[in-house]
Amino acid sequence: MEFLLLIYYTEAEWAKLAPADHAALYQEYGQLREELTGKGKFLGGSQLRPTTTATSVRVRDGKRVVTDGPFAETKEQLGGFFLVNASDQDEAIAIAARIPSARNGTIEVRQLAVRGQAKQA
Amino acid sequence: MDFEKFHREESGRILSTLIRLLGDFDLAEEMLQEAYAIALQKWPTEGTPANPRAWLISTARHKAIDRMRRNQRFERKAEEIAKTSEIAARPESEREEEMFADDRLRLIFTCCHPSLPMEARVALTLRTVCGITTEEISRAFLVPLATMAQRLVRAKGKIREAGIPYRVPLNGELQDRLDGVLLVVYLIFNEGYLASSGDALIRRELCAEAIRLGRVLCSLLPNQAEAQALLGLMLLHDSRRDARVSADGELILLEEQDRSLWHREQIQEGTGLVESALRRGATGVYALQASIAALHANAKTAQETDWPQIAGLYDVLLRTHPSPVIEVNRAVAVAMARSLEEGLALLDELEKREELKEFHLLPAARADLLRRLGRASEAAEAYRRALTLATNDIERRFLQRRLVEIESQRDAQL
Amino acid sequence: MQFLLLIYSSEAEVAKISQAEMAAMHGEYFKFTEEIQKSGNYIGGNPLKPITTATTVRVRDAKRVVTDGPFAETKEQLGGYYLIEASDLDQAIAVAARIPGARFGSIEVRPIRPIGQAAQA
Repeated sequence: MEFLLLIYYTEAEWAKLAPADHAALYQEYGQLREELTGKGKFLGGSQLRPTTTATSVRVRDGKRVVTDGPFAETKEQLGGFFLVNASDQDEAIAIAARIPSARNGTIEVRQLAVRGQAKQA
Repeated sequence: MDFEKFHREESGRILSTLIRLLGDFDLAEEMLQEAYAIALQKWPTEGTPANPRAWLISTARHKAIDRMRRNQRFERKAEEIAKTSEIAARPESEREEEMFADDRLRLIFTCCHPSLPMEARVALTLRTVCGITTEEISRAFLVPLATMAQRLVRAKGKIREAGIPYRVPLNGELQDRLDGVLLVVYLIFNEGYLASSGDALIRRELCAEAIRLGRVLCSLLPNQAEAQALLGLMLLHDSRRDARVSADGELILLEEQDRSLWHREQIQEGTGLVESALRRGATGVYALQASIAALHANAKTAQETDWPQIAGLYDVLLRTHPSPVIEVNRAVAVAMARSLEEGLALLDELEKREELKEFHLLPAARADLLRRLGRASEAAEAYRRALTLATNDIERRFLQRRLVEIESQRDAQL
Repeated sequence: MQFLLLIYSSEAEVAKISQAEMAAMHGEYFKFTEEIQKSGNYIGGNPLKPITTATTVRVRDAKRVVTDGPFAETKEQLGGYYLIEASDLDQAIAVAARIPGARFGSIEVRPIRPIGQAAQA
């Protein structure tokens, strides 16, 4: 089964970290990705630029409505995602718990709607 | 040459081109500053170059390439920039004018991109397109300097990181995006025209900049009738600048203004623009508002105002762009065109609407109609109600003055 | 540049539409996906199961805290995403505006942080 793990953390806190802390976190992320890739469980994932770079797009009555900012203002912000292959929900949760940002942020685990359709993302 | 004047008039254009060449707002600004510093040293002794603009751009570009070559991370970028063609240091040619115009338009669309917060669009346009200092902008908007500086930094950061392109939108998108640009220009104008506090000189400057931007848009996009209508609207409003505030800073209503103080040549130009926009089929919010402004501006006396036509235009505006201000203005126009009672009845209907409960212009308009009808006590009550809702100082002083007048009138009636 | 396009729509509203309408919309999504594959914008993308299947994972004091439901309760819910390649934000917005869900929901456009670039969060 494929799962999308949405990684939320407080951007302001992230920005406050020292460069050494960033480097350490990136290394930890890198190791987890590598390990999961080795087991065929990592299908894709990226870090997003902060929500200050977000844009929202809607189409109403055939007209494009573009606004600045993310879809919703939240205390923690969507900062990245992993697309993973797991045998079941429990394994997906176990992987989510190993994502470094789970320690000070939140990981939302979402199942893909169509099985076997997940491509690289 | 008058260096100050040159700096003021040319900075926006030169910066537009540099931003395109260097692909970075901050770098372009910094390098332009350096180029100016060199010019200040060299020009007085060596003489002003034949084409000062091209000289500054070329100097800033070389400075940028030098700086990037020194930094390994930017080496590739430096070579890319070095490959772009040099601007010939010959006198201004038609092609060069065209290039400046295109760059200017690109910059306007980038600064007014809908994925930037509105306040950032306004600030960034004033800073980079108009060349107004951050300090002046912060004073105009009554925002601390550090806040305004931060706003600009964030906006430039978003342009860079979110991938906002530096180009004029393609045909299919141009109309939508132009609406956004016109809105920014109109907001800048209104900030200068309607603001109640802050530095009067800077407010006047904002109106002038908005009109200048309007002119740039009209000359760069000559087929856009709504841009013409907006320029006409701004010129018509601005033509009354010397008549709408008294020597002691009090607001003077249109009806009581000394019309000899209105700037006739501006009214003529504005009216011409509106007529031309209407002939080309403009029916948008600026065209309608400008038509109303033209009717007011061309009435020789307040009594000669063509209220029936104004009321008709407000009918159309209300259908296409409904807003509380339009609702109230339409009722007032009906009162003046047909009868005070009919207008008052419309305002009474509006008072029943929940969303208009806190809208100060509504009791203020009612108070005025009641005053005209000689219903002094009711008028006084409405003025007091308006005073509890109005926050703008200049409007509050006006309402207070009217209240005192009406109370003395009422006492005389007793 | 890469962009993540997050598709938000009201699950309650989507649940109300008829089967025929749903089939038509699936057809539209299929056609849209094909189009952006042809144009070279498509990198990946997947629909998600409704938020009733969502789980939220946090790790606090080295302990795993698992709760049911999504990270945040919102009027519209994340229902899927596309990962695309676009020359700039305007192209990304143009692609986002063609997603069928843009007509009744919201698309959040988020630039991806390229790997190896210093954190600018």
